[in-house]
Amino acid sequence: MPQNARPISPHLQIYRWPLAMALSIVHRATGIALAAGTLLLVWVLLALANGAEAWAGARAFCGSPLGLVLLFGWSWSLCFHLANGIRHLFWDVGKGYSIQQARSSGWVVVIVSLVFTGLIWACVIAQGGAK
Amino acid sequence: MSSQDFRTPLKRVRGLGSAKSGTQHFIVQRVTAVALVPLSLWAIFLALALVHADYAQARAMLHHHFAAVWLSAFVIAMFWHAQLGLQVVIEDYVHTPWLEVVSQLAVKFFCIAGAITSVFAIVRVALA
Repeated sequence: MPQNARPISPHLQIYRWPLAMALSIVHRATGIALAAGTLLLVWVLLALANGAEAWAGARAFCGSPLGLVLLFGWSWSLCFHLANGIRHLFWDVGKGYSIQQARSSGWVVVIVSLVFTGLIWACVIAQGGAK
Repeated sequence: MSSQDFRTPLKRVRGLGSAKSGTQHFIVQRVTAVALVPLSLWAIFLALALVHADYAQARAMLHHHFAAVWLSAFVIAMFWHAQLGLQVVIEDYVHTPWLEVVSQLAVKFFCIAGAITSVFAIVRVALA
């Protein structure tokens, strides 16, 4: 929301997306999504404190199609943000800065986030689904 | 800067310079991130254990004081980390002064209220 309309340089719509850039953007996007997801966490905790009826309502929402889509999105967001966050912590102590290392650690993050999300939902299905 | 000015450059920049309190922000963001690695992994396990729990079983899970303390630590670290992250997003993208102040305040209030509400609910279940 700039206050004046200064000319700007070509940006996201011009350049080919390298992996590092995509992961950086996704890290921020998943962070925002997870912050929004805290609403569900607070709801579930309050429901648990407020009685069986409130708990049943929160559980029904989590098992609904919308609830499942949100939970699936948030579970992957958490896995990604966690894995990529650890990648950032390695950078913070000065490790993994070469282009080749950054690229391979990026792919590791993508694969780990998908595998962890798969494991989480495999656990849900192994327990007989989310219903 | 005039030659009449006896303030040192450090005095002049304090509270005004671009750096402000960025280092503190950076460090707290990393400290909460490190804390959240084990805490969020544990929270995932707790959530998976809750998938088929009925009301009594779910309350029994949080009745363990270890779980209540650990979950409180998770929500505090998580809301703190969320506030720091959202603050940077707003600083980067919201450049209208009044809107920036309003959104920063809204994010701070939301995160503090979320943390307090969560801990209140956890303590209520743990001590019931």
